Amino acid sequence: MTDKVTIDIDGRACAAHPGEMVIAVADREGIPIPRFCYHKKLSIAANCRMCLVEVEQNGRPFPKPVPACSTPVCAGLKVLTRSPKALEAQKGTMEFLLINHPLDCPICDQGGECELQDVAMGYGRDVSRYIEGKRVVQDENLGALIATDMTRCIHCTRCVRFGAEIAGVRELGATGRGEHVRIGTFVEHAMAHELSGNIIDLCPVGALTSKPYRFQARAWELSQFEGLAPHDGLGSNLHLHVRRNQVMRVHPRDNEAINETWISDRDRFSYEGLYSEDRLLSPLVKKEGAWQAIGWSDALQLAATQLKAAGSQLGALISPAATLEEMFLAQKLVRGLGSADIETRLRQQDFRGDATDPLLPWLGLAIADVEKQGAILLVGSDIRAEIPLLAHRIRKAAMDSQASVTIINPYGLALTFPAEQFTGTPTANLGDLAAIAKALGAKGGPGSVKDLIAHATPSDRHQASAQALLRAESGVVLLGALAAAHPDYALLKALASVVAKAAKLELGFLPAAANATGAALAGALPLVEPGARAAATPGAALDAMLAEARKAYLLWNVEPGHDLIDPTLAGKALAQADFVLACVSHRGDSVEAVADLMLPIAAFAETSGTLVNAELTWQAFRGVVPPPGEARPGWKILRVLGNLLNLEGFDQDSSLQVADEVRALCEGVSPSNALRGHVKAKPAPQADLWRLGNVPLYRLDALVRRAPALQRVPGAGCFSVHLHPDQATALGLVAGDAVTISQGEASARSKVALSEAVPLGCARIPAAVAGSETLGVQIGPVVVTKA
Amino acid sequence: MSFRSAPLTVPVPSEVKAGLFDATIRAAIDAHVARYPAEWKQSAVMPALTLVQDWNGGWLSRELMDDVARYLDMPAIAVYEVATFYNMYDLEPTAKNKVCVCNSISCMLNGSEELIAHVEHKYGLKPGQTSADGRFTFKEVECLGACRHAPAVLVGRTYHEGLTPEALDKLIKGLG
Repeated sequence: MTDKVTIDIDGRACAAHPGEMVIAVADREGIPIPRFCYHKKLSIAANCRMCLVEVEQNGRPFPKPVPACSTPVCAGLKVLTRSPKALEAQKGTMEFLLINHPLDCPICDQGGECELQDVAMGYGRDVSRYIEGKRVVQDENLGALIATDMTRCIHCTRCVRFGAEIAGVRELGATGRGEHVRIGTFVEHAMAHELSGNIIDLCPVGALTSKPYRFQARAWELSQFEGLAPHDGLGSNLHLHVRRNQVMRVHPRDNEAINETWISDRDRFSYEGLYSEDRLLSPLVKKEGAWQAIGWSDALQLAATQLKAAGSQLGALISPAATLEEMFLAQKLVRGLGSADIETRLRQQDFRGDATDPLLPWLGLAIADVEKQGAILLVGSDIRAEIPLLAHRIRKAAMDSQASVTIINPYGLALTFPAEQFTGTPTANLGDLAAIAKALGAKGGPGSVKDLIAHATPSDRHQASAQALLRAESGVVLLGALAAAHPDYALLKALASVVAKAAKLELGFLPAAANATGAALAGALPLVEPGARAAATPGAALDAMLAEARKAYLLWNVEPGHDLIDPTLAGKALAQADFVLACVSHRGDSVEAVADLMLPIAAFAETSGTLVNAELTWQAFRGVVPPPGEARPGWKILRVLGNLLNLEGFDQDSSLQVADEVRALCEGVSPSNALRGHVKAKPAPQADLWRLGNVPLYRLDALVRRAPALQRVPGAGCFSVHLHPDQATALGLVAGDAVTISQGEASARSKVALSEAVPLGCARIPAAVAGSETLGVQIGPVVVTKA
Repeated sequence: MSFRSAPLTVPVPSEVKAGLFDATIRAAIDAHVARYPAEWKQSAVMPALTLVQDWNGGWLSRELMDDVARYLDMPAIAVYEVATFYNMYDLEPTAKNKVCVCNSISCMLNGSEELIAHVEHKYGLKPGQTSADGRFTFKEVECLGACRHAPAVLVGRTYHEGLTPEALDKLIKGLG
């Protein structure tokens, strides 16, 4: 099949693989063929008939025009896309397609960027002969993200195929027959899939459009810039569409190696958070409990004085989504002042593995290779919420190459692909992983890992999963965000490493946010200096930094109530500090409660910088809109602070220079996920009831938490106590009961919701949602009582 | 419509399935399922819908379509697609008799429109409506595959071909 054939398209000789479709060859050669239903990432429907072309093989013409999207190439094929016969067929198709299409382009959001408009212009008649009545179709209500005008639909079924093939959830379908066909859900319900927004791009007409962007701008008013998604660790490539210095919408930018042609809804609609009312617009200082405006120079002077006073007693909490440049300058500042307490692992509680951790933990393989794995073991990850497009890659592995997917997670996941799920308390998670290790015949090195494996009793399911891991030619063990938040993360890592070694798999770490992997390169970790080198003078990790209050803290785009693993502990430590400098893009109660000085920093799309994604690809982006008010790019603020503190190495003129500096330090760095020793830590004691504090999809960071449309998606920010029905009965609770949640001194009130996905002995109580700010550690013992 | 990967399934536990329809219907559906490869259970959706419709007295409620979806591990929308496409499935209660007049090309050329107009005037019925006396439901359907003796009318499971308005009247009069 690798043999190539040469076919002739419009007189041009084109190399092609036998079996490839004519339209794919033409697209590669840049020969235009009109189409609506064909999409390179979807199956071939050949139902729009727009791509009709004239074909002959070895001089024998086909009796009638054929669709280029479903005509495979073979030797001796000659294709005419612009012959009179082809043009006539295309014109005829176009006329049929327009029969029921309303001519409401002036009020249609797709107007000006509509495939139907363009193709009608290029291939249609200039005057309509149709005088009969047109069909009207009732609109669908698909929820907060997608607006519908179903009368405009031309039944290309791209959205239906997207659901079945990419999203893995069939919500849309074509019901009815002939003239009565309509695309819809048949039974009204909002679409809640994390990739649903892609059907907006797929729709060739104005039937499915973006709800937040609806009637906001016209395509020709927008300027397109390149951008990067600032949320998950994939760094999806974006096109930012800007009008009058405002980001109006976000589209995907093709990058096969990272996001293919898709982006998640979080990346698509989070731009709305840029324009939330609580953007911090100018430096503010707290005087006698009230916020007062302060000029930039005074503010920076104040910050410099206070940071200098704190000196080695300074702790820095940096958002793992901060740019490489910001992280690098921040750690330089902190280390320059004599402290090394700089942390970006904000949702981790167990740092006992620090001494043995790899210096540069990364995905362990290329993102595009995830779909080629034969076996994937996912430990502690709500993957669809964490990195939606990586879940898509795993789905491809499971569906297209029958990879075996095993998941060890505290709660059951609703997945779109077959997977063996081991669900249980955090203690049980350790046991399941140890059982798989034992089934693989691994013993584990010295330390408690050996005991865990020795005490494990593998069940048939563990054996089956272990066999699947062994059988696979290539595979990967991935540790996710819920593993990182686990009280025994060190042991999970050690066990995962044992499993990976025994089954000859890669070990990989899913980054917590857009630049979590880059943090090691920038040196924004207490034990790692720039270039992912072991620190000469190690600093304190997050736990120590919060257990014992520092004199001063630097918060970099961190909301203590939402972005830290234990908001109550963090709040207490920050309250005790003499001075808290918060460099943030948004105000927010939990920032205002603890900060003494707030400096406005530019958010995504407003600043330039570099993000290093899960697979260690450096991606640079530029600012495309000016920051609002007096907000300034973060790296500039840090640079000036460095100057004011008379520190060395703060004389860069652009973020590019900062990036070059980091790059030079990273020369010759080779990533390795191998652990550097044995972990001796003992497992955390059993708890009667565990809190499982997952971070919901649309609560990841300050920006997305402020995107109104995403917050309207069902379940986006709902704060409730999810209990297994039996667990609720045991606690004497029923659905809807008001309850008090207590974690030590921390407590909150909420309501009970029943869910079979939560195991016995656990209560899933989300973190980073409104109401969870007063709670304790994300995963830990909890008491739930009737209020 | 062809989907790239094997059919999208929504697995449902067997204990849920055991409570659907009744044992006879389940056995009859299983017999159809057995004719297809194991992963292509959903190929049996049409006979399953027919069985369930007959069992339910001639029509399919949304709940029953959902049950068929569950029984065959299909997404519900895929069942709705089939049930809304084919004329032999009724999604609203009907009379015991269904008088289905074919209105596809051959029958249309041979006078089916006349038959439809006749029923509309004489009985005051639009396609899809049930007669005032509740004896029959009048339907206009797509090709019955009886072009040779068009126009064709399907009553219950019996084909009546080459009908005139008078012959159709007689047929309707004879309905129980």
